[in-house]
Amino acid sequence: MTNSPTATVRSEALGELLPPLSANQAAVESARCLMCYDAPCTHACPTHIDIPKFIKKISTGNLRGSARTILESNLIGATCARVCPVQELCEGACVLGAEHKPIAIGRLQRHAMDFAYGTGTEPFAGAKATGKRVAVIGAGPAGLSCAGELRKLGHGVTLFEKRELAGGLSTYGIIGLREPMEVALAEVAMIEKLGVKIETGKELGKDFPLGDLQTRFDAVFLSVGLGTTPGLGIPGEEHILDGLQYIEHSRVDASKLVVGRNVAVIGAGNTAIDCATIAKRLGALRVTMVYRRTENEMTAYPHEYEFIKREGVSFSFLTQPIRVDAQNGTVKSLQCVRMQLGSADASGRPAPLPIEGSEFFIPADQVVKAIGQEKPSLATRLRLETEKGFIQVNAAFETNLPGVYAGGDCIRARGAASTVMAAQDGKLAARAIHERLVARG
Amino acid sequence: MQVHRAFEAGWGGAVWKTIGAPVLNVSNRYGAWHYGGQKMLAINNVELISDRPLEVNLREIAEVKRAWPDRAVIVSAMVESKPETWHDIIHQIQDSGADGIELNYGCPHGMSERGMGSAVGQVPEYCEQITRWVMEVAKIPVIVKLTPNISDIVMPARAAAAAGANALSLINTINSIIGVDLDSLEITPNIGGKGGHGGYAGPAVKPIALNMLAALGRDSVVSGSKLPISGMGGISTWRDAAEFLLLGASSLQVCTAVMHFGFRIIEDLCDGLSNWMDEKGFATVPDVVGRSLHRVSDFNDFDLSFRAVARIDQEKCIRCNLCYVACNDTAHQCIDLIAKDGRVVQPLSYEIQANGKEEAVSMRPSVRVREEDCVGCRLCYNVCPVEDCIRMIEQPSGQPSTTWGQLSKSQRLVTEDWEEMRKYREKMGIHIH
Repeated sequence: MTNSPTATVRSEALGELLPPLSANQAAVESARCLMCYDAPCTHACPTHIDIPKFIKKISTGNLRGSARTILESNLIGATCARVCPVQELCEGACVLGAEHKPIAIGRLQRHAMDFAYGTGTEPFAGAKATGKRVAVIGAGPAGLSCAGELRKLGHGVTLFEKRELAGGLSTYGIIGLREPMEVALAEVAMIEKLGVKIETGKELGKDFPLGDLQTRFDAVFLSVGLGTTPGLGIPGEEHILDGLQYIEHSRVDASKLVVGRNVAVIGAGNTAIDCATIAKRLGALRVTMVYRRTENEMTAYPHEYEFIKREGVSFSFLTQPIRVDAQNGTVKSLQCVRMQLGSADASGRPAPLPIEGSEFFIPADQVVKAIGQEKPSLATRLRLETEKGFIQVNAAFETNLPGVYAGGDCIRARGAASTVMAAQDGKLAARAIHERLVARG
Repeated sequence: MQVHRAFEAGWGGAVWKTIGAPVLNVSNRYGAWHYGGQKMLAINNVELISDRPLEVNLREIAEVKRAWPDRAVIVSAMVESKPETWHDIIHQIQDSGADGIELNYGCPHGMSERGMGSAVGQVPEYCEQITRWVMEVAKIPVIVKLTPNISDIVMPARAAAAAGANALSLINTINSIIGVDLDSLEITPNIGGKGGHGGYAGPAVKPIALNMLAALGRDSVVSGSKLPISGMGGISTWRDAAEFLLLGASSLQVCTAVMHFGFRIIEDLCDGLSNWMDEKGFATVPDVVGRSLHRVSDFNDFDLSFRAVARIDQEKCIRCNLCYVACNDTAHQCIDLIAKDGRVVQPLSYEIQANGKEEAVSMRPSVRVREEDCVGCRLCYNVCPVEDCIRMIEQPSGQPSTTWGQLSKSQRLVTEDWEEMRKYREKMGIHIH
């Protein structure tokens, strides 16, 4: 690529989209909150943060108490304040939404979280040690949440993470527009400060077996997330970039990320939108999102779809890639076929069917795929029972192996995977583990 | 200059604040009370009277009067309590061409410690004496301004009437400490490390002012004197203005609202009032003055058989549950949460795994008043954030009209003895939940 922007320009292009609220903005916005009783925003929040309570505390200038209120329900409140699809959750349920603007709950939460992280406020004192030890595998949102909650209850926790940095998708998989990496890492540091021992570069099944953990710890929590992007099974697949890695590169070192001039992004979920955003903001002239169904079936949140249209990204719906054309290792185009919708398939959505003889080319020098993630491969390796490929757990988040629990994206057989759902899994699993450990004495 | 600008903006008159005894003022004169994102619900001041030389004030009054012959300029005065001092200031004011004089018997701080302001207004005898001195030489109308820092506002009003004053005005500011600075632990406003009581004014004092205004109107001596009353105390909008007129004020004064928003507020004060009067069929301000005064009564004369219950408009309700928590935590516990299937449900009864806006909105119960248990306390009506969503519906009580006053005359024992009260309730079919 010629005329590559400088690293600074690049990181600015992917800098946090929304500015923080000023103290005055936060005061005005928090005063608007009606303080509903048994509030629908709290009901809608998967972690059930007492939202009117933390907003009221902002309005009284009790930011420390506000941050604590948030963290009591959700230890990764700083990430959630930024990445939650608030339109679908708390803000979507706000009683003011029908006639006025809903309260900017996400941004107020960020205001309180920024205060806590900015001042180094210690949210929780350590509880009395129980002498019990729990291993948590995977330091993403579910793992951090579970580890932190267990520490709050007085258990010894070691958190194993295969990557170099903890934080999981918060660290590696969220576009900088929504959450800068420092926020995710500060959250990890806070969990560490609670007394959680974090060992990075340690992978279950490679560096140590599960049996080893089962003897050394009183319980194990698996929060291993999902795998890489599945293959499309088309010729030229080796030229297609993995969407999650595309995002990761944009975070770890945006200056080295090679962005094409004509970028085709395969998929129409939230990750695909993030990839398209990165490409567009880092200099691609034309970005086309390729999806085999229509906008009615796409899995991206409506507000994300609106956002990416405003970014100037084009869409090619009812389009299935069939091969990547490359010459001398350089991508020339993405060959596609037109689709039509048939009757509902296993996912409940209309099945896309190719239209014979409708092949066409989308000019592209870079192709990125973001079509979901592989099911957790660990499940089969550990001989865990699964549901649709996801780890199966009972109501207490316990797998078929006694004392081995799981949560987060790796168990999300139903419903949309999200950071906040993972946080709630971690919290509930920690409580279940605690009950078991306390009952056992 | 400011009075010129006020007249240009459309104000009918100005009360020129206050001239008289020599003073020195301090910095940080105003404190304010803000609430819920609303600025200046009330202001408090430790400002004294005008610190500009007397002759400057008098010269400017004369200039304004020459420039605006059709506008009223009332000069507020306050001097030491000596007849000759009062005579002097009255002469000086009259020589300036002013239209009237307001005797400031209200200032609650600084001047009162020197035996002026509220030190006069709080003692009806002083009030009467000084007013008499003034009336000895006054050739233009004299208004006596009353302090609210007194148990019974009627007493100084009667005294002023007895002394021959031409009009009354109320209320002056209320004694107050606006607050304490939680960083420095100093008093707000902070005057070099110290602070103290000041005069409280602005929207928050309006209900107190209305009550005192009505008290004058209901007193046979004061109302019998036929003295016009100039009303003030928290007037910010035409709605406030209309209420003061309805309770007997025939002229109005505004200060804090202008300090907050400037002279321009007179436009809507007049326009809104005029539109309201048109709507109600009032041709002139005198048609409005005192129109609601006869409805001001005492508890003793309230109809004990009057019943109303709260009713919630389900179409307008936004399900904030503020009425529910108010009723159940602090009132008569007659509002229920009703699930979609009609069952009464408890708050916070959703599953811990439930989430999302669809779930939260669709599962949200509605609020319903058990009218048979509602005592009509009207708390829910007051907390509801939606216009006209909760209404108080008048209900026939099936009981004959009676008042506590009548009851204590006709059945005295009922008002004195719980057992007699029990029997009376039983007979009348009064059920207390």
